[in-house]
Amino acid sequence: MPETVTLEVFRYRPEEESEPTFDSFEVPYHAEWMILDALNYIKDDLDGSLSYRWACRMGVCGSCGMLANGRPVLTCTTYLESLLPGPIRIEPLEGFPVIRDLVGDIGDFMGKLAAVKPWLIRDEEKPVEEGEYLQTPSQLDDYKQYSMCINCMLCYSACPIYRLEPDFIGPAAIALAQRYNLDSRDQGAEERMDILSQHDGIWGCTLVGECTEVCPKGVDPAGAIQRYKVSATVDYFKSLLMPRRSL
Amino acid sequence: MNPQYRAYHPRWYRKSVPIFWWLRKRSYAAFIARELTSVFVAYSAIMLVVLVLAMDRGEAAYVGMMDWLATPIVVAAHILVLLVVLFHTITWLNLAPMAIVVKLGDRKLPASAVLMGHYGAWAVCTAIVAWLLIWR
Amino acid sequence: MDSVTHDVLLVGGGGAGLRAAIAVAETNPGLSVAVVSKVYPMRSHTGAAEGGAAGVVRAEDSLDAHAYDTISGGDWLCDQDAVEAFVEEAPKELTQLEHWGCPWSRQPDGHVATRSFGGMKIERTWYAADKTGFHMLHALFQTTLRYPPITRYDEFFVTRLLVDDGRCQGVVAIELASGRVQALFAKAVIICSGGGGKVFPFTTNANIKTGDGMALAYRAGVPLKDMEFVQYHPTGLPFTGILITEAARAEGGWLLNKDGYRYLQDYDLGTPEPKPVKRSMELGPRDRLSQAFVKESQAGRAVSSPYGDVVHLDIRHLGEAEIDKKLPFVRELCLKYQKVDPVHDMIPVRPVVHYMMGGIDTDIRGSTALDGLYAAGEVACVNINGANRLGSNSLTELLVFGARAGQSAAQFAASQPTPSAALMAQAQDEERRLKLDLLDASGPERVAPLRKEMQAAMEAGAGIYRTEAGLTEAVETVKGVQERFQRIGLYDHSRTFNTELVSALELSNLLDVASTVLESARARTESRGAHQRTDYPDRNDDEFLAHSLAYRSEDGVPRVEFKPVTVTKWPPGERVYGKQTSDA
Repeated sequence: MPETVTLEVFRYRPEEESEPTFDSFEVPYHAEWMILDALNYIKDDLDGSLSYRWACRMGVCGSCGMLANGRPVLTCTTYLESLLPGPIRIEPLEGFPVIRDLVGDIGDFMGKLAAVKPWLIRDEEKPVEEGEYLQTPSQLDDYKQYSMCINCMLCYSACPIYRLEPDFIGPAAIALAQRYNLDSRDQGAEERMDILSQHDGIWGCTLVGECTEVCPKGVDPAGAIQRYKVSATVDYFKSLLMPRRSL
Repeated sequence: MNPQYRAYHPRWYRKSVPIFWWLRKRSYAAFIARELTSVFVAYSAIMLVVLVLAMDRGEAAYVGMMDWLATPIVVAAHILVLLVVLFHTITWLNLAPMAIVVKLGDRKLPASAVLMGHYGAWAVCTAIVAWLLIWR
Repeated sequence: MDSVTHDVLLVGGGGAGLRAAIAVAETNPGLSVAVVSKVYPMRSHTGAAEGGAAGVVRAEDSLDAHAYDTISGGDWLCDQDAVEAFVEEAPKELTQLEHWGCPWSRQPDGHVATRSFGGMKIERTWYAADKTGFHMLHALFQTTLRYPPITRYDEFFVTRLLVDDGRCQGVVAIELASGRVQALFAKAVIICSGGGGKVFPFTTNANIKTGDGMALAYRAGVPLKDMEFVQYHPTGLPFTGILITEAARAEGGWLLNKDGYRYLQDYDLGTPEPKPVKRSMELGPRDRLSQAFVKESQAGRAVSSPYGDVVHLDIRHLGEAEIDKKLPFVRELCLKYQKVDPVHDMIPVRPVVHYMMGGIDTDIRGSTALDGLYAAGEVACVNINGANRLGSNSLTELLVFGARAGQSAAQFAASQPTPSAALMAQAQDEERRLKLDLLDASGPERVAPLRKEMQAAMEAGAGIYRTEAGLTEAVETVKGVQERFQRIGLYDHSRTFNTELVSALELSNLLDVASTVLESARARTESRGAHQRTDYPDRNDDEFLAHSLAYRSEDGVPRVEFKPVTVTKWPPGERVYGKQTSDA
């Protein structure tokens, strides 16, 4: 095992330069270090001006997504060991404009998330005093996988469509819409259909499948999107052939 | 100091997407190859229509078409088309379990069942077409 | 300088902040609500909580039982009127969250499932697999998206409260993306910015838990209550400090020393049974379990590891199916961060700083001593957790007191005039201070070494067991760090997303939090719950059935006073675990 490893880190300092550069740092190598530990070492000991996001360091908050050797990963769950011998290239996620160093702006995703109405929609709300909506463990399993999304945006970074068609709603937003569509307590599938079945909704997806490949939580957004394509098409023909039934 | 910087309005850096973005990664290249197979599928469909039109135009046209189809270069090309269309079909069918999740009561049908169902349907259709073409 | 005005402003966008924001919007839809957070709300540390949220729901359970468990678990430092209100509203709040989509785990008949948890006599902990906090946070966040009156200010770092005319009327915040300093005026401000675990070097807490809100209130003259009570969670992974949820023990895990012996039976926590027994052994309260570890370690019976002493958490006997169903995240974390599969191997664990029982002094409606300022969540101290919090009470606390603070703030804001223009002068002062003292700072000291020195002093002086000498030494060290902080220098003088500036601001907040923890610990010359003094080993109800209040003073040393605990139904008794107890 080596004593040190080199990190080539993307830097962007808009107040000093118009174009990004790469800075090279040599950090100590430890078998238990993640990329995040190396970045923290750089910031604490070598160059305090390196800007990046991190919080939980246990793969649940979704802050620390970056490209390591071109692949979108969570830096807090990726061992340096897996990227040896180095140099390891660290860049911000693709598809998002870079504000500074390794920090990208995710405002586009935040807007798209809100647009798919990711909340429980009901025709009639039951009063809290009457207790919980019943949901069997099997019904919970129907949507549970899609509820695991930590909004880390690795899927957006992996999706070439999102880079080519910036209006594409994107994998995580559709997966979260499906999380509610498939929730037995939800009655809002029709409301979400408008935005999802647009050209930039699910039909923007051509099933590259990279989103599912990189998802650290096994959400399988590609699966969510294809399932919705099938159910949206079926619903469309149903609405043509059968009179509208009120939900 | 960057003279282009305006106080409190940093310019965000937007990386441009290169034309050959799909050469960067094996999975992207495979994806583009898969998508390009649709051209071959379109060709097969058009070929079928041309064949039917030839039948409609009378015996001479039909025989001429058959002779052309039998030339070695066309046979070789059509074998290639067949292989690509097979690749297209197999990759398409393999994705079926991703898009179709069937629940029977409380239990989910395993992905292999959905997959076998699709291959089974394909086999049945092929058998029917083969019977129509070869034995009748 | 630009300014915006809202009716109610939240500092912090975690579980408590989002719940409070919804409460404001529901109490009075005409009010405009601002949620100001230094991170996007989905990144809040609520999302790391795993075990569950407690609320009475079983027929054989009762509000009194939940209250008694909480009060005895808190070593009688809890304000009993607050606990009574808390246990009553708990089931309603948890049901409300279910209505908002939270995917609680279920029983086969479709009703919400509950599990047993440390220190609780009956199963009342609602859970969503072992990622309860994550699901709660996302359910709340996604629900806030449906309320138009809620505006979010994501990645805005609040540096100061604006106070005029005896009222809090807004905040000053830095927009991190641009570096612009902005004044955000409001008729009421609710602080929900979480705890301050990062004053210690080894903690389950995320990098963002830096006690910012506590420092804000403290500097505005509001006292911080019961700061000496810091909870060590008994089971954290040795190198990273990552939390291994109490649920692992609730489902039947055992804690073993180096001889494979369930050592908790030697610490008055009951006798070992093959299945978990409530309020006994591994389901005892967290402070007692952490203290037992220290004693085992001192006796040389802990397991040696490259990261110091540990003990083993054994869940192998649960079997793979059960672990994958009830504790999938635990397995994932162990595999990833410890390279250990809990299905086949024992998990090395040790106590790790996890939660601050203390915080901004609030009453049971979420108000503080400063008009217009409210607080809820870990940042606040009501005090329902007492000297030791029971697991799964905190997530419920976010909902109950987040809602209460939101309702109180909404009512207050509706009756207030628009904030005065005089505040702009204060905001501009703050902008000047931020630039001259911090952004342009070029002194010899650096943020990281100062932070590490403070953290080391806290670990040594304010750990699980404390002494006068240890605390005094820590006080001196922290004072030294505070002085050297005045001569800080930054590498990064730019405005755009300057995270070094943020670290410096966080460090100054941590230093304030640290000094209140130390002074309160020095002033409380007794042992109670999580605050253990080897020089005063007994509980002293005569003098110390009281909350410590740490006030900021001119010379920088917090001034500590005491105010009595509110006792309603349960006179102070002995904390008994592991034996049959009579009902309260």
